This record gives sequence, structure tokens and C-alpha cells, in this order.
Amino acid sequence: MSTLTRTEASQASSARNKKRLTAFLFVVPLLIFILLSFVAPIASMLWRSVHHPTVATLIPLTLSELQRWDGKTVPDQQTLNVFAQELHSLAKVRESGKLAEEINRASAGMSSVVKSTARKISRLDSQQLAQQGGEILLKSHRKWSRPDIWFAIQRAGKPYTYDYYLTALDLELDQEHGIQVREDTQIYLQLYSKTLSMALVITIFCALLGYPLAYYLARLPENRANLLLVLVLLPFWTSLLVRTTAWIALLQTNGVINSFLLGIGVISQPFEMLYTSFATVVAMTHILLPFMILPLYSVMRGIDPSYLRAALSLGARPIPAFARIYFPMTLPGLSAGALLVFIISVGYYITPALVGGTDGQMISNIIAFHMQRSNNWELAAALGSLLLALILLLYWLYDRFVGASNIKLG
Amino acid sequence: MARTLTTRFSTFALAAALGTASFAASAEETLTVVSWGGAYGAAQQKHVIDPFQKDTGNKVLFEDYTGGVAEIKAQVESGNIQWDVVDFEVIDLERACSEGLLETIPHDILPAGIDGVPADKDFIPEALASECAVGNIVWSVVFAYNEKTIGDTKAASISDFFDTSKIPGKRALRKRPQVNMEWALLADGVAPGDVYEMLSTPEGQARAFAKLDTIKQDIVWFDSWSQAPQLLNDGGAVLVQSANGRFYDAIRQEKKPFVIVWDGHVYDLDAWAIVKGSEKKDLALKFIAYATGSKPLAGMPDVAYGPTRKSSMPLADQSAAPHLPTAHLDKGMQAGSDFWADYGESLGEKFNEWLLK
Amino acid sequence: MSKIPAYYGFWYHLGSWLLKTSSWLVLLFLIMPILVIIPLSFNVEPFFSFTEGMLTFQPEAYSLRWYSAIFSDDKWLLAIKNSFLIGFFATLLATVLGTCAAVGLARDDMPMRRLITALLLSPMIVPLIITAAGMFFFYSDLGLAGNYLGVIIAHAALGTPFVIITVTATLTGFDYSLARAAINLGATPLRVFFDIIMPLIRPGVISGALFAFITSFDEVVVILFMAGPQQRTIPRQMFSGLREQINPSILAIATLLILMSIVLLITIELLRRRATRMRGIEQIE
Repeated sequence: MSTLTRTEASQASSARNKKRLTAFLFVVPLLIFILLSFVAPIASMLWRSVHHPTVATLIPLTLSELQRWDGKTVPDQQTLNVFAQELHSLAKVRESGKLAEEINRASAGMSSVVKSTARKISRLDSQQLAQQGGEILLKSHRKWSRPDIWFAIQRAGKPYTYDYYLTALDLELDQEHGIQVREDTQIYLQLYSKTLSMALVITIFCALLGYPLAYYLARLPENRANLLLVLVLLPFWTSLLVRTTAWIALLQTNGVINSFLLGIGVISQPFEMLYTSFATVVAMTHILLPFMILPLYSVMRGIDPSYLRAALSLGARPIPAFARIYFPMTLPGLSAGALLVFIISVGYYITPALVGGTDGQMISNIIAFHMQRSNNWELAAALGSLLLALILLLYWLYDRFVGASNIKLG
Repeated sequence: MARTLTTRFSTFALAAALGTASFAASAEETLTVVSWGGAYGAAQQKHVIDPFQKDTGNKVLFEDYTGGVAEIKAQVESGNIQWDVVDFEVIDLERACSEGLLETIPHDILPAGIDGVPADKDFIPEALASECAVGNIVWSVVFAYNEKTIGDTKAASISDFFDTSKIPGKRALRKRPQVNMEWALLADGVAPGDVYEMLSTPEGQARAFAKLDTIKQDIVWFDSWSQAPQLLNDGGAVLVQSANGRFYDAIRQEKKPFVIVWDGHVYDLDAWAIVKGSEKKDLALKFIAYATGSKPLAGMPDVAYGPTRKSSMPLADQSAAPHLPTAHLDKGMQAGSDFWADYGESLGEKFNEWLLK
Repeated sequence: MSKIPAYYGFWYHLGSWLLKTSSWLVLLFLIMPILVIIPLSFNVEPFFSFTEGMLTFQPEAYSLRWYSAIFSDDKWLLAIKNSFLIGFFATLLATVLGTCAAVGLARDDMPMRRLITALLLSPMIVPLIITAAGMFFFYSDLGLAGNYLGVIIAHAALGTPFVIITVTATLTGFDYSLARAAINLGATPLRVFFDIIMPLIRPGVISGALFAFITSFDEVVVILFMAGPQQRTIPRQMFSGLREQINPSILAIATLLILMSIVLLITIELLRRRATRMRGIEQIE
């Protein structure tokens, strides 16, 4: 092979660049679409988890007064007067509720203090408040004389914050001791570990049920296996809501399973199965099982049965032969299926919401709760960001070991 | 090839254009009215929504929700207003109103009663107490049992609800602190007049939670009033909390052997309100004026809810009179709208933590 | 089977028998819940369980009342219309964008292929609750929440990964020198795409489109967060039905959805076989 001249080399590289550009141009429309319709929304969620200027816009004057505050005693009279005035004008335009809610997040139980104070103050006129606002404030509730409340207000007033991550990790910032574990209630870490352990249980069940079936199907003649695979694919293609409905019909107190067991006299009292974590695990195992079977089956089909036969005919015992020769060859399928089932179940929402009751709830459900019920969107965003980090880690593993585009779709 | 391609693309484009046009048309001047579904929703459909559509020619999308202020708050704060008119429990109303989630409603839009009495004299005073809403019914939170599942000892008082040794079995409650906290204190012997004062203190709250703790293992939680009659029917729970009208309807229409226990009932109003920022505020006002007229309200006793206009009662089905909350006021207490405006949020939070414990 | 020593014949047969039995039990577990729904949807009573009349096959225990309830209820009719409408447009968008991208991704000279593929497939992996929350914030600010356009865009984004996967699968082993030859002979790139590439990937495109459609058709979390009452879909209606008032109309609609998935499954299966034949590759799957 002769060496290329400089022109030849540059021609070759420009041709290559052109080809790369052509390939890239095909992808650009979708790339832009996904960036705008999918990535940007998620970025806006991450942004919301650290950026929260509501309090800063509601009581700007109080916050600037608080800059002089020493942090140890009650803020001075002037600060209190300014706050009373700001609270008064917020109450007039019916925004004091918003402030109450924000302060409540920083210091639980404060919303009723702020709201009842605002209710009292709104009847007075602002002239009077400019003079005696502080006194009126301190008289209306004893909590206003506690420095930690003002510390909380000051913190809530910062537009950029990592406080929601502290809450999401069951930590809190104490004025004296810095960051420490929340004393009263620990919810979220417990919920994360429960979610992970439920996902693990579901993954194990899927593997235990899916492995023998995939093995059985892989050893059948192709035509027959394809026929039986339809029974695996039908649930896969059936609406998630339909499958969840089916489990509700089966597991209800007077549902199909209980009526059957009562009917044949095995039990005298119906089991409480629906609205428990048991229901969540069973229904999700059913829903995710095809994701385990399909990659396993595909790998097992590719294994030449003569390996095992050869080992057997050479005198190996069946179980060790299976464990040492066949099982390792199926590991790629098993890990692909297990990772996928685990990833999907960690972030699942619909099924636990419908069949899980109180103890079958997972982290997604608490995110939905903060989105829809408690309206604490910032905390939901922080919890969601942590979940996202976990999922991306698992996805990275999946992409490394399996390849993202090798997901089996039947 | 090129021609078929063009044809194909233009077909798609046409379909797309038609589709977009049909979305636009269907979104126009449809008022979204949100209420509670079930028997109450059916009565409203019959006596309010259908006549309104017929008389005024406006289209109404009648949706269900399960109460609370959260969904409205999400809509107002995100600027993504989906609902126009909402049927509120007054227990949640003051909170929504004080947080600026509702439009104010000038009460002079309300027509005089069918007998000519002006609106401000025709309505009971509680119905017009809020600047954000117009009350339409008086209803009550009660509990009931099923003759078929209760056993020999029947429940008679609110303390029986908390007494699992007297009446064993599951209790069903709506998953929220409202009314449940009141019931816990009533069952613990607090006088109805002292309940809210006590609930304002940490000790009183602790006492209510302690009382709820005694039956925590036996509680089935539900989200919507409409689930309640079903739970009582299929044996999911022995004692079930719900709105009195839900039980009344199941007893009357479906001949269920349910018995309502009025002791300790917490009565409240429902009121129509307009979500702040609704683009159809004028139509919404028109709807509320219509919906709180003498005639539509006269249909509410069908489900044992009392109309808030005095002029409606003579037009109503008289057989319901003994089943209306107003016939049992001595055994109950009124829900505290102001209390829950101030404490709804912090107690809601405590309640959820208590649930997860 | 060659030369299996006689002394473990018994264990071998026992093992095979256990394997067969357990496999059939798992198949039963997979299919039974879905089959149970179908007869229940004909229950004359408003319950989710078999009545005595049903078990003894009394004709009067069965009825079509829940089916007629669906087709006479405006909300269900709106939901059915919405599901198909949103599904159609989301599929259209996802299929066009996804097919185009898959063609680019399948080329050897695609820069940063791995990273871009992972990014484009991520809507399939990121939990829907996170996607829905993010979309709720972002689309509300843009005025895209609570209208058809926003929901269609959201569903299209969720559907594209499936199109990429199925189209890429039909493109593996495609020889791009064919396309180059055509260009050298004077064909326009559009013509090359539709005359050479399209026939080859058509089965992949169609099955990708079906996947995208079913993704939209089955999606409920984004709808719950972002859509208004006007955009209520079948799964959304089922979700609130299951949460609030359980009633066998849901079983009736579920039965109809099962029939639909059977039709879709058969279509996909036929397409897959056709794709395998067309490429002349004996695919092991």
C-alpha cells in the first residue's frame, strides 16, 4: 500500500466528514424534538428542585431587614413591624396563604400560625402596624418570639436552595448544629429502601418464574415454541390498566380468588389481599414477567443443546453440568432481563397506586402525592431528581452490558 | 412514486388540519363543572346540568373529583386552568378562598326565589357567608352499618365507631384529617362545642391521633365518597363513613340494608365556586346563578341533601324531610371552615406522617 | 437423545416433568388474569366477581348492559375518540422522526452513535412519573398543558424509542453501497430512501408505528398530570374509575382492549415473519 499524498488524505477526510454529516442530519430532527419535548422538561424539573424564589418575592423587605439580624434573639422591632405590614398587604390580596405554606415547609406547623396571624392582622390598618406591628405579632402567637422561626423564614427566603434535597434525604438544617438527621419523622430514606427491596423481590420472582419457562420454550421445536410464546406476548401487548384491573378483580375481598377459596371451603374468612404490598408485588411480577422471558428465551435459543448433551455423555451429573455449563451461557439474557425489570419496577407508579393501598406505595407514589396532593412541587422535584440519578446509573449499566438498543420487544 | 407520495402527504396534512379544527371547535364555550359524582352527581346532572344545557344552549362538561384544594391549587399555580366551576365542601372552601385560588362572586347576581323573596332573605345565611362561593346544599358526614354484616350488637353512637371490642371489624374512613380528627375527639368525650378549640392545641391534636391509633389497624382508607357504599355492601368494612346522601340513595334506590348512625355527624355546606383565572368566568357566574335557583335546588332532597334556599323546600320531595341533616342537628356539630383554613395544611402533613408510621 | 446413562433416567424424567408442569403453571399465571376479565364483563350484577348464576350458566346472569353503558356514556365516547385521535397523531410524528433517525443511526459513519442512541432511547427508560412531572412544569409554562398539541407531542416523544429499535433491527446488515450505487446512477436521495431503503424497513416501520400507537394508547401518567378534562383518554377514564367507583363498565372496555391487543399481536407477528423472510436471514428469536 502506497502512502497517500496530502491532497488525497484531505479528500478522504472531507469525504468522511461529509458522510458523517449526512448520517447526523438524519438524526437531527429527532434529536431536537427529544431535547425540546423530553430533555428540557426534565431539566426544568431539576432546576425547580434548587430554584425557588417564591418567598423572596413575597416578603422582600422583611428579608432585607433580616440581613441585620444576629440570628440569636428575636429580630428587632423594626424588622417585626416591616413583616407585619408585608403580611397585612399579602392578606389583603389573598396571598398570605402562599407565604404560610412556604414557611411551613421550612418549619412544620407554622402554616396555622401564619394564617391565623394574617387573619387577625388583616382587620387592622397598616398605619397602626407600622408603629405597633411587632407587638401585635408577638402577642398574636408565642411562636413569633422564637429565633428558629426567623431562621427558617430567612432560609426560605433564599432563591437558590438545597433544602429540598435535605428533606428528601430525611436531613434538616439546624441553626446550631448544622446538617443533621431529622428527628421527628424519617419517611423518604425508608421509602427508597422499601422501593428498592420491592423492586428486588419483583426481579427475583420474575427470574424464578421466567427462567424455567424460557428454558422449556427454548427446548421445544420452533413452531410449538412460537405458539406458546403468544401466551407470553399477549399480556405484554395488553393494556397496563387492563392487567391491573384484572388483578383488582382477582384479589378483592369478594373477588374471584376469595370467592373460589370460600366456595371450595378452604377458608372461612376472605383474605385481605388487595391494597397491600403483596398485591403490588404480584401484579407487578405479572406485568413485568415478559420483559424477563423474552431476553432469556432469545439467549437460550442460541445455545446449542449439544454442549449439555456432550457433558452428560461424558459422564457429568445433570445438575452440576447444568450449573457449570448451561447456566453461565444464559447469564447475558438473565442479566439483561433482570436489569430491565429492576429499572422499570423502581420507577413504577400506576399499579402500586391502584392496588398497593397504604403499605404498597413506592417512591413514585410519594412523588405523585407531592405533585398532586400536597402541592410541594419542589420536594417532588428533588425526590424525582434522586430517583432519576438512580435510574440513569442503572441505565448506564444496562447500556454497558446489554446495549440500549438491544431491548427485546417480542 | 412521487405522485403517490404527494397524495399521501396531502392526505395526512388534511387529516391533521381537520383534526386540529375539530379540537378547536370542541374546546369552545364548553363549561367544565366539577363535582362529586355518584348519587349526588346524578342528582345534579338531572336537576342542574341537564336543565342548564337545555335552557341556555351552553355545553357543560361535568367532571368528578374527590375533593380537597390540591388540584385547583396546581391549576392556578401552574397557570394551566382546566376547571371553571367547582362544587366545594365548605370545610375546604375558606382555605381555597384565603389562598387566592377562587374568584369572588358578587351575590347580587343571584335571582330572587320562585316565591319572589329576594336572594339574601331566601338563602340561609351560611350559604352566603363566603365571598368566594354560593352554598347550594346542607349535607353531613355520617357512618352507617350493614344489617347483614354487623352481627348482634348494633352501632348506636360515635364512640362505638372507635370501640373494636364492642363491634369488631374494619372501619372505612376517607383518607384525610378533616372530620376524622373531630370524630376522634367526640368519641373521646369532648363536647362538640370544644372540639375545634382543642384541636388548635398540640395536646388536643395528640389526643385525637391517640384515639385514632386505637383503631388504626382496623381502618380501611378510601379516597372518594363513592367508594363508601361499595365497601359497606361487599363487606370490605363493617362501619363506613360517608356523606349521608350516598347511604340514603343506596337504601332507597338499591334497597340495601344499610342503617345510618346520626350520632356525632359533622354537617357542612357544599358551595359552588369559580376557579381563579377561569377564561369563562361570565358563563360560570351565569351557571352558578342558575344552579342555585329555587327549582334546581329543590331536586337535591332526592339524595337527602337540604337545599340552601327556603323557597326550594315546598317544591321538593317531602318524603326525604326526616332524612335531611337539618332533622338531626341536635346530634351533630358543624364543620369548621375557618379552623380548617388555618390548620388544614399542617394537620394534613401530620396526618400523612401518622399514616406512614 | 444420545447416550444418557440409565442410572439417572428416573431423575431425568422427574426433572422434565417438573419443568413442564412449572412452565405451564407460569403460562397460566400470565394468561389467566386476562382471560378472567372477559366473562366478568358480561355480569348482569354490578360486581367484579362471579355470581352463582354465572357459575351455573344461567342465561339471565349474563348481559351486555355494561357494553351498552359505555356506548351511551358521553365521557367514554369522548375518551375513545381522544385515545384514537391522540394516538394517531403521536404515532405519525413518532414514526416519521424515529424512522429518519434510525436510518442515520444505522450508518457506520454516525458520530457519537452510542451516546446519541442512549439519549434518544431514554424516554423509554426514565420513569413516567419523572417525565410527567417535568412535562407538567415545562409544558404549563409554554401553554401546552391541557390541550391536544401538548399531549400529542408528549406521547410522540414516548413512542420514538420503539420506532428506533424496530427500524434499526430491520436495518442491521443493510449494505449502504446499494444506496451509494443508486446515487451514482443519478437517483435523488429522496428516491433512494423511498425506493431502496423503505421497502426493506417497511415491516420495521409498521411495527414501530404499532408500538408507538400502543404506547400512546396505553399511557396514563402523562395524561393524569398534563391533560385537561377535554383530553381524557380510555386509560385515564379507567384509572379514575378504578380509584373512585369500581363498576363493570371498566371490565367491558378492558375486554374490548384485549381484543384489540390480540389483533395487534397477530399483525406484529406476521410483520416480523415477513421481515425475517425479506432479509433472508434465519433470525433466532
